[in-house]
Amino acid sequence: MTTSKKLDAKIPSGPIQEMWDKHRFEMKLVNPANKRKYSAIVVGTGLAGGSAAASLAELGYRVEAFCIQDSARRAHSIAAQGGINAAKNYPNDGDSVWRLFYDTVKGGDYRSREANVYRLAQVSNSIIDQCVAQGIPFGRDYSGMLDNRSFGGAQVSRTFYARGQTGQQLLLGAYSAMMKEVGKDKIKLHVRKEMVDLVIINGKARGIIARDLVTGKITRHMADAVILATGGYGNAYYLSTNAMSSNGSAVYRAYKKGAFFANPCFTQIHPTCIPRHGESQSKLTLMSESLRNDGRVWVPKKTNDKRHPSQIPEEERDYYLERIYPSFGNLVPRDVASRNAKNQCDEDKGVGETGLAVNLDFRDAIKRDGLETVKAKYGNLFDMYERITDEDPYQVPMRIYPAIHYTMGGLWVDYNLMSTVEGLFILGEANFSDHGANRLGASALMQGLADGYFVIPYTLGNYFASNKFEAITTDDEAFVEAEKISNQLTDKLLAIKGKLTVDHFHKRLGEVMWEYVGMARNEAGLKKALKEIPKIREEFWQNVRIPGSGEELNIELEKACRVADFLELGELMARDALERVESCGGHFRDESQTDENEALRDDKKFAHVAAWEYKGEGKKPTKHLEELKFEYVPLSQRSYK
Amino acid sequence: MSSSKNMTLNLKVWRQKSKDAEGKMVDYQLKDVSPDSSFLEMMDQLNEELIAKGDDPVAFDHDCREGICGMCSLMINGRPHGPEDETTTCQLHMRKFSEGDTVVIEPFRARPFPVLRDLIIDRTALDTIMQAGGFVSVNTGNAAEASAVAICKCDSDLAMDAASCVGCGSCVAVCKNASAMLFVSAKVSQLALLPQGQVERRDRVLNMVKKMDELGFGNCTNEKECEAVCPKGIKITNIARLNREYMSAALF
Ligand SMILES: Cc1cc2nc3c(=O)[nH]c(=O)nc-3n(C[C@H](O)[C@H](O)[C@H](O)COP(=O)(O)OP(=O)(O)OC[C@H]3O[C@@H](n4cnc5c(N)ncnc54)[C@H](O)[C@@H]3O)c2cc1C
Ligand code: FES
Repeated sequence: MTTSKKLDAKIPSGPIQEMWDKHRFEMKLVNPANKRKYSAIVVGTGLAGGSAAASLAELGYRVEAFCIQDSARRAHSIAAQGGINAAKNYPNDGDSVWRLFYDTVKGGDYRSREANVYRLAQVSNSIIDQCVAQGIPFGRDYSGMLDNRSFGGAQVSRTFYARGQTGQQLLLGAYSAMMKEVGKDKIKLHVRKEMVDLVIINGKARGIIARDLVTGKITRHMADAVILATGGYGNAYYLSTNAMSSNGSAVYRAYKKGAFFANPCFTQIHPTCIPRHGESQSKLTLMSESLRNDGRVWVPKKTNDKRHPSQIPEEERDYYLERIYPSFGNLVPRDVASRNAKNQCDEDKGVGETGLAVNLDFRDAIKRDGLETVKAKYGNLFDMYERITDEDPYQVPMRIYPAIHYTMGGLWVDYNLMSTVEGLFILGEANFSDHGANRLGASALMQGLADGYFVIPYTLGNYFASNKFEAITTDDEAFVEAEKISNQLTDKLLAIKGKLTVDHFHKRLGEVMWEYVGMARNEAGLKKALKEIPKIREEFWQNVRIPGSGEELNIELEKACRVADFLELGELMARDALERVESCGGHFRDESQTDENEALRDDKKFAHVAAWEYKGEGKKPTKHLEELKFEYVPLSQRSYK
Repeated sequence: MSSSKNMTLNLKVWRQKSKDAEGKMVDYQLKDVSPDSSFLEMMDQLNEELIAKGDDPVAFDHDCREGICGMCSLMINGRPHGPEDETTTCQLHMRKFSEGDTVVIEPFRARPFPVLRDLIIDRTALDTIMQAGGFVSVNTGNAAEASAVAICKCDSDLAMDAASCVGCGSCVAVCKNASAMLFVSAKVSQLALLPQGQVERRDRVLNMVKKMDELGFGNCTNEKECEAVCPKGIKITNIARLNREYMSAALF
């Protein structure tokens, strides 16, 4: 395997421990007095975009930031619960930058880029320092020192948290830093403004086209560089734990303009979510994975057993995780737990009204440790569960089911976080580089803030200092053309005046994605998805109904634009999944498993990044490969039996 | 999914085409509402029906649907976020309503929160208050080692209580003076309780309160309704702390 010429990752030479320092020294600097001559557009104000916008403005660059919500504080990052990793080693339990690096590469099932992951581990500690300085009230112990909890995939306690609201507190920190700069006019903030296209002039990303979600007005914005921090595309599945407006449009449109899309099929499915209650379900809620420490997962042995759980005697229950994986039991990794739940339901052993759920039972933990102990550990989660389901998990087992949670795939970036389009940088969940085929818990927050606070401020400066920027105006032909295309798209959507709603099509796409590009994938299913998705897309373009006009606040039009892109992105995900004939991390191919049903990697053929290049409407995209070399973390097979 | 538990509701919904258009209440009957649906899923159901009939859907704000982003709002039967204590609209479930109920749904109303369409309001005034001082002026890279300063768990926990504010604006909507005092006091308290917030402590409280006044939010006259409806249980003891902060800053 050789790496495509178009994918130069620009990994610095030398030992991995020295790469980032050496690179920082070698990168060109922008003179402080000249910084204000350069401008950057930051799309997205989540952890990645918020931290980037604030840090760049502090340095003196002119920043314009955009988000879909009515305030920068409401980005999807706000919903993260569990925590953020760092290699501080405060508990003195053997953690180090090296161990965090090692765990992340291994946890990603050897499909991430070592150099990027090492840097992530290196800057992780500075993130915690920065956040504490901002006044983020992390959990502390009685001595007043910062507390840590443990998370999956690691044997040390390295997760910092702020109750069950870590994402909220970290985001409010980045948001406050942004507000400080907005107040000084260093950041021009556009809320309720959605990027609809990327503008490239003379081969460089120089601006965006945006739609004002209140007035419908399309506007042009120019800069010397464009940064996308627009989050993940898990909503391609319709139901996911992502926020309702999370979408793939910004990255997909950049892909259509020449940015390569890396490993689009790498998605993470979280095993413990509250199951769907029926047809009107609009999104899924995550329950912390820590529940599996004490809860026992089971289904009835008989198929279609509709008895109340309390009526099912012990010998008629199948604690299938404990049975299949005697040594890890209920604590198998996310992907394994998810797949097994699906298998049980496929065999008609699922519980609840829909049959798409398994029991997570605390009866034995309560018997063993007492009600109060269980309450102290999980009380808030139990309350949340009861609020949503109206059932008391102290009395009746919780019902859980896996749900789409995170996308490891994203736009391809080099070591500097620049995509294959010059001057287009991608941060946070929107890029692909650090988590390989599976992300460890508490590492997404770390990556978003690493990218925004500690990587882009350096690499963007280097890009500015190393390039010449022609004077342009928003009257440039590229802007005029991009605006025209954006207007045509909305006009075309509004003109269809069909019979079915946007959600109708989104749900249908979601069903196909979940069924064939979900937890377990196989050749026949993926081929079926590749047939079905274009059909749904065609029907969408003939029969979708969007009331109203393009010159007003139009919630259906907003959704339609995003779903139109999901209908293409879903196909790319299926194609990527079909061509990766191996199982790794969250990507499980039925054809590729060990005799014991474990994921079987094929390192010879697939230790690579698959980066897709758009070739035009109706044409098959071209796949480029970046070979992944594991020089520091030796390749090995995971086992949980 | 149709089920015998499902109910029919009589909805009265505020419809307003744009910021400057005149609005009015419109009646809709919605059948087959599952008690397991969330309030916003009920609204989705209404919208699917409206679109099928060729009407415009009802525009409302929402995003996380988990009670944390603060995007959802709505006055439900005259109470911000509806009848349940410490529950955002998105976390309210239809099982709290009964067959045949009339449900009145309006936007949060306050002078600083103009209606943009139907139930969507403009809350950027809250961000403007934050720009006046809701931060610690520490630039990226300036930070000291995180464990350098120990912080009493008691202070840190209180700061966290205050920091839980989701910025939804229900405190403003319920207040007869349209005061944003609970919102402002939550941020002022959080930072006043922590060593990191000390340097800018005086300026922060003075500037944020000044900005709040400028933007047309009213004064706090101790009605305590904000505390009663806050979906995150933010306490008015924060307002007391703000008042103390303000007094000592103003005297200084
Ligand atoms: C329920 C839940 C719990 C989680 N818990 C954890 C956890 O405990 N620890 C952890 O590490 N990770 C967790 N994660 C993952 C983590 O929260 C996300 O991966 C991360 O927050 C993504 O941050 P981001 O900055 O990349 O993007 P986001 O926070 O998704 O922000 C995207 C931004 O882009 C904007 N945007 C998008 N498209 C456009 C456009 N076209 N134009 C303008 N703006 C646009 C949005 O408005 C938003 O501001 C969790 C995720 C979920 C769903
Ligand atoms: S939609 Fe986020 S709090 Fe309700």
